[in-house]
Amino acid sequence: MAAVSMTVNGKAVTGDIEPRTLLVQFLRENLRLTGTHVGCDTSQCGACVVHMDGRAIKACTILALQCERAQVTTIEGLANGAELHPMQAAFREHHGLQCGFCTPGMIMTAVDIVNRKGNSLDEHTIRNELEGNLCRCTGYHNIVKAIAAGAQAMGHGLVAQAAE
Amino acid sequence: MTATGIGASVRRKEDQRFVTGRGHYVDDLTRPGQAYAYFLRSPHAHAVIRAIDTGAARAKPGVLAVLTGEELAADKVGGLICGWMIHSKDGTPMKAGPHPALAQGKVRYVGDHVALVVAESLAEAKDAAEAIQVDYEVLPAVVDAGATQTSGVQIHEVAPDNTVFRWHLGDKSAVDQAFANAKHVTKLDITNNRLVPNAIEPRAAIGEYDPGSDSFTLYTTSQNPHVARLVLSAFIGIAPEHKLRVIAPDVGGGFGSKIFIYAEETVCLWAAKKVGRPVKWTCDRMEAFLCDAHGRDHVTHAEMALGEDGRILALRVSTIANLGAYLSTFASSVPTYLYAPLLSGQYDIPAIYCEVDGVYTNTAPVDAYRGAGRPEATFVVERLVEVAARETGMDPAKFRKRNYIKKFPHQTPVIMTYDAGDYHASLAKALELADYNGFSRRKRESARNGKLRGIGFSSYIEACGIAPSAAVGSLGAGVGLWESAEVRVNPTGSIEILTGSHAHGQGHETTFAQLVSDRLGVSIDTVSVVHGDTDKVQFGMGTYGSRSGAVGMSAIYKAIDKVIAKGKKVAAYVMEASEGDIEFKDGKFSVAGTDKSVGFGDIALQAYIAHKFSGQELEPGLKEGAFYDPTNFTFPAGVHICELELDPDTGIVAIAKWTAVDDFGVLINPMIVEGQVHGGVAQGVGQALHEGAVYDQSGQLVTASYMDYQMPRAIDLPSLTVGMTVTPCPSNPLGVKGCGEAGAIAAPAAVINAITDALGHEDIAMPATPQAVWRAAQKARMPIAAE
Repeated sequence: MAAVSMTVNGKAVTGDIEPRTLLVQFLRENLRLTGTHVGCDTSQCGACVVHMDGRAIKACTILALQCERAQVTTIEGLANGAELHPMQAAFREHHGLQCGFCTPGMIMTAVDIVNRKGNSLDEHTIRNELEGNLCRCTGYHNIVKAIAAGAQAMGHGLVAQAAE
Repeated sequence: MTATGIGASVRRKEDQRFVTGRGHYVDDLTRPGQAYAYFLRSPHAHAVIRAIDTGAARAKPGVLAVLTGEELAADKVGGLICGWMIHSKDGTPMKAGPHPALAQGKVRYVGDHVALVVAESLAEAKDAAEAIQVDYEVLPAVVDAGATQTSGVQIHEVAPDNTVFRWHLGDKSAVDQAFANAKHVTKLDITNNRLVPNAIEPRAAIGEYDPGSDSFTLYTTSQNPHVARLVLSAFIGIAPEHKLRVIAPDVGGGFGSKIFIYAEETVCLWAAKKVGRPVKWTCDRMEAFLCDAHGRDHVTHAEMALGEDGRILALRVSTIANLGAYLSTFASSVPTYLYAPLLSGQYDIPAIYCEVDGVYTNTAPVDAYRGAGRPEATFVVERLVEVAARETGMDPAKFRKRNYIKKFPHQTPVIMTYDAGDYHASLAKALELADYNGFSRRKRESARNGKLRGIGFSSYIEACGIAPSAAVGSLGAGVGLWESAEVRVNPTGSIEILTGSHAHGQGHETTFAQLVSDRLGVSIDTVSVVHGDTDKVQFGMGTYGSRSGAVGMSAIYKAIDKVIAKGKKVAAYVMEASEGDIEFKDGKFSVAGTDKSVGFGDIALQAYIAHKFSGQELEPGLKEGAFYDPTNFTFPAGVHICELELDPDTGIVAIAKWTAVDDFGVLINPMIVEGQVHGGVAQGVGQALHEGAVYDQSGQLVTASYMDYQMPRAIDLPSLTVGMTVTPCPSNPLGVKGCGEAGAIAAPAAVINAITDALGHEDIAMPATPQAVWRAAQKARMPIAAE
């Protein structure tokens, strides 16, 4: 067993884990943060995407021990209390989800796309950037719409903050 | 229409928990004392098990039990069943071999369940499974539908030539006569490729046993928890029905694959009692590829006879359907009664004959996958129609128009009575939205860029809401296909809808609440939908075959009728009026011709406090239930048009425009309906361009991960143009037809018709991967327009 400590959704957490424990297992089983999902064994589906030190990673492809002292954000940590993050709100508004299983990974990826590519995203960019996320329900049509709208809304949030 | 009633694109109630990661899928649940299950699976496609030595595995750290088929048999746990009886042409019943939940004496496909390890952790269970010694005598295997009957390989004793049934439908002599008189005959050989459903949530199960009450609980990823309980009780014999609770909480997509009662949940329940701990199993993706029931896999020869004027005279279809190594829960119904009765498509065809051989192979069981039989039928019909139009020099749209059914109801020669539709209207709207007239200009433009452009149609039809029960019973179904609902009005006026339908992405918590809002004039926020728990909902048939709107909501509709009727009785006492004078509208009970009225919530309270009437005259409370059995199938239909561009140098196909015009009858929530179309089209395009389960000749599945089996990704698909036409369905009170499968049914033929249009020849099979398209393009390289 090995000790690990990191910050998850703003809270300091520690664990005594088997060295082979993946980050996604640590989140789901030790911390009971079950919003991060596992949909495959080969890092292809993206249902497990979280942010580590501000960048999207697949939590199934990294050992928890590699996240020592890291800042991890999961889908549970994205909203500001009861107020949805603009990307979460956009997925709801544009029907960007059906069964909801891929949704946490999609939203975490979408926020990362905006962080890297800005608030005005064209359809081709969004589709291209979603190469690491699978959805079987939506045909991606409404996910693409949701991400474009969510990206815009995140920009408005920044403008609003700057004006304050 | 109210803001949250029928026809409004209400945003989904369930989304709040899903976008915040607060859903509860089976793998998210942890039961006190939970142990972990791992299945040792067969590495061979076909082998005799000479011996299994579990001694070393039992001694591994953390191991609680290692169980095999021998112990399962000793405990008299029954085998898995197929619940639809098919009789062969000669009247003999289908030949169903035994399907034990853990192999007994033989394994029949790669992934077949050999032993179960239960341990303190999943890692320990996996480590121990590696220590199980199995002595296999490997046998020859057969994987191809077309080869199995003459292979000499015998998979089940009961079926010496691997043939489960030789079934047929239609009037053979009428068809033969029509062909003899035909002006032209179009012939096609078609392979409908095998698909893996691939809901992104893998299957999972937790079995739990309570010795105090001698009862079991199963948490499972099921589309139909009550059917699971019935089968696990009545046939497999795990526990009596009243001693088994099945809970299907949030379920992450199904597409048919979560209808069936599989080995894993059976074994987890049984093991939970044996080890005295809750036993949890979560499928990994490779296991899902190996063991979830696959879809499609037909080999078909089809012929269409045409008359002088381009009218279709008859259809003759011969299909071999690969059923895999065992018969899954509804496997036998898919290539028979869900397939051949749809071969009339949208066309007035006087004579149809179809014969289907269902066959065993050493592959995963094949069962219903989104569309289930209907995509296979549509592919046959729409490929034949397109090729017939080309061969006779007719425009494919005009050819279809000439042959469309125009009058309803319409009796086809293959069982179905279509109740309503307007196929011309769908086609006209699709042609307009697709700018069909501008296609030749766009084709020339593509040619200037060295690309081949093609356009393809698919005028699909499907039969949904499979019922009435007496009719499906006469066709071999082992169950009734009605649905149940209960409307519980609380004293404060809030409402719980208990339904036998199950949502795994369809948005029932919203659409079912919309129905209540519409009919009772209440806010959807005061309505909760309860489903997926056999202890809460008395019985139900679940969700598949696009049945939850047409059948599930109709049951709710009927129960609401009873609530309103009871409410009128209460209102009559409260307002001291005659019951016959009470009207209910916009959430208020009023006395006709007066200004006296009482709100729905107040009547609910009065029903429960029962101060205004005597309990002898009227029962207190406001709770009503209904079982609804439809009068007919429903027949959603529409036209999808695919326009694409292919690069003859690379074989890459890019869909330029997708136009879908569907007639689903009355729409409850257009936003959700369009979402269903999007998802269905994506799966259909996946079948046409990307997906295909491939077994090598030894029976190894060579496409057993997302790195080998190409799921459609965002970049592979365009945004879609979705339009609707509406002819209300006369067979249910809401006028709805169902929308869940249409896209997957329509899309493959539209894509392949477009590719063959671009190529100028018909020789391309699904999936039309870049390699296949490149080969086809080289084979008949068209001169690129020298303009």
